[in-house]
Amino acid sequence: MEYLLHILILIGIYVILSVSLNLIAGHTGLLSIAHAAFYGVGGYVAALMALKFNSPFLVNIVCAIVLSGLLGALVGIPSLRIRDDYFVIATFAFQVIAFSVLNNWVSFTGGPMGLPGIPQPTIFGLQVSSQLGFLVLVGVFCALTLWVIHRIVRSPFGRVLKAIREDEVFAQAAGKNVAAYKVLVFVIGAGMAAVAGVMYAHYISFIDPTSFTVMESIFILSIVIIGGAGSLWGPVVGAVVLVVLPELLRFVGLPSSVAANVRQIIYGGLLVAFMMWRPRGFLGEYAFQGKEARE
Amino acid sequence: MSEAILKVTGLSKSFDGVRALSDLSCDLCRGEILGLIGPNGAGKTTLFNVVTGFIAPEGGKVSLKSTDITGLAPHRLANRGIARTFQDLRLIRQLSALDNALLSFRDQPGERLGNVFFRARRGREHERQNRQEAIRLLEDAGIAEKADDPAEDLSYGQQKLLSLVCCLAARAEVVLLDEPVAGIAPEMKEKILGMIRDLRDNGKSVVLIEHDLDAVMQTCDRVVFMDAGAKVSEGTPQEVRNDPKVIEAYID
Repeated sequence: MEYLLHILILIGIYVILSVSLNLIAGHTGLLSIAHAAFYGVGGYVAALMALKFNSPFLVNIVCAIVLSGLLGALVGIPSLRIRDDYFVIATFAFQVIAFSVLNNWVSFTGGPMGLPGIPQPTIFGLQVSSQLGFLVLVGVFCALTLWVIHRIVRSPFGRVLKAIREDEVFAQAAGKNVAAYKVLVFVIGAGMAAVAGVMYAHYISFIDPTSFTVMESIFILSIVIIGGAGSLWGPVVGAVVLVVLPELLRFVGLPSSVAANVRQIIYGGLLVAFMMWRPRGFLGEYAFQGKEARE
Repeated sequence: MSEAILKVTGLSKSFDGVRALSDLSCDLCRGEILGLIGPNGAGKTTLFNVVTGFIAPEGGKVSLKSTDITGLAPHRLANRGIARTFQDLRLIRQLSALDNALLSFRDQPGERLGNVFFRARRGREHERQNRQEAIRLLEDAGIAEKADDPAEDLSYGQQKLLSLVCCLAARAEVVLLDEPVAGIAPEMKEKILGMIRDLRDNGKSVVLIEHDLDAVMQTCDRVVFMDAGAKVSEGTPQEVRNDPKVIEAYID
């Protein structure tokens, strides 16, 4: 039972991460591999605030969103001026820098030792101490994230995002400030990733930089692609599949040292298979291809 | 002739040493259809791209209603009342014809993020009005029955009509049309040319790039002939047609 709840909580965290990346990558067509960095910012902000000031959970979450959003703007404004492949490289660079900072600023982040002993969250004086309580908390934030994304995507604002994804020139000629839209979307996505980070930090009660690597970014992107970019429920399906699948390996009886490697192979294999035979994922409406291929 | 609404003076632009525009000056008067003709590579589309802000000129000036608009970003120019179509028909192919038209309205408060959450009613109200207007425009263009189909499922001619509908939805004063009737069946062509004349009759100013000389002769009030980035001849369709320099260029 405990194990099942653990898996459900993890799925919840990855739903928040992948749904928010989907807004950036799936709906707006900006292939970012910096999502784990914003996830990490959220996690570290929450951990440091909880450890140093013993601040309440909701304050941590607001601070994490604001800081991560600001960082999103800081990264987004210069890197969104360049397009396609170059943008991917820019986000990759930021991801690497973010990891190095977390890993090397030992006095502040604890470096590779991480930050242990993050307290359980307290909301309006109520301490969330059971796993079930935590699942409810994650569920609430999942629902909130999905609702926000749903509102954005179904609105005229969301229609502009689709136009930008499909043809920036058309969007500009129709009077849309493409650069501003991109930065806004990047900031929203970064803020939401931070929410997932806060959840993770308080849940596991320990964080270290290895949870926020490039591999993690690519994992989140895989969820989006396999689930279906540009659809509301695609990443939810993707998160369930990609979190549950490696867990099944345990029941096959693979020793854990082998299972970890097999996991990577499965992710890689799945990604290649989907790119070749089902580029739109399970539920997606958008396939990542070169712009030339689509035109 | 009434005053110039759009004025370009001394525009220059070269690509890798090839002069696409060389000291080009030209006026568009309020309420006229100006034809822009000339051989391929004469710089006609480059002129459109400069006027709509997609390409920065190396020299010269563009002004709209005597305000300098040189070098403004494309979306700013679009919001100042310049609408355009593209030679290669840029539409959002995955979105419905109706959504393409809706995207072209310039003043939708629902496109601002704050209004998505805090003043959603205003956005919805506006959307409802825009939708009615868009459907009326699609009806006038005769493609209303395709309103909910993805733009890519429309025939080539219908897509050209749709891009014109998008310009109408923009309620722009200046409309730049890049080859609106190229490769179109004759009856569709009449329809499109009729819509262009309606635009003028509603007080809009239109520039028309077109290789189909018959279409140009019967639609335009004034014609400019361009070659190698410069204006070679200018006048009524008849005058330009009979200009020896034009005849020579076409025989070449």
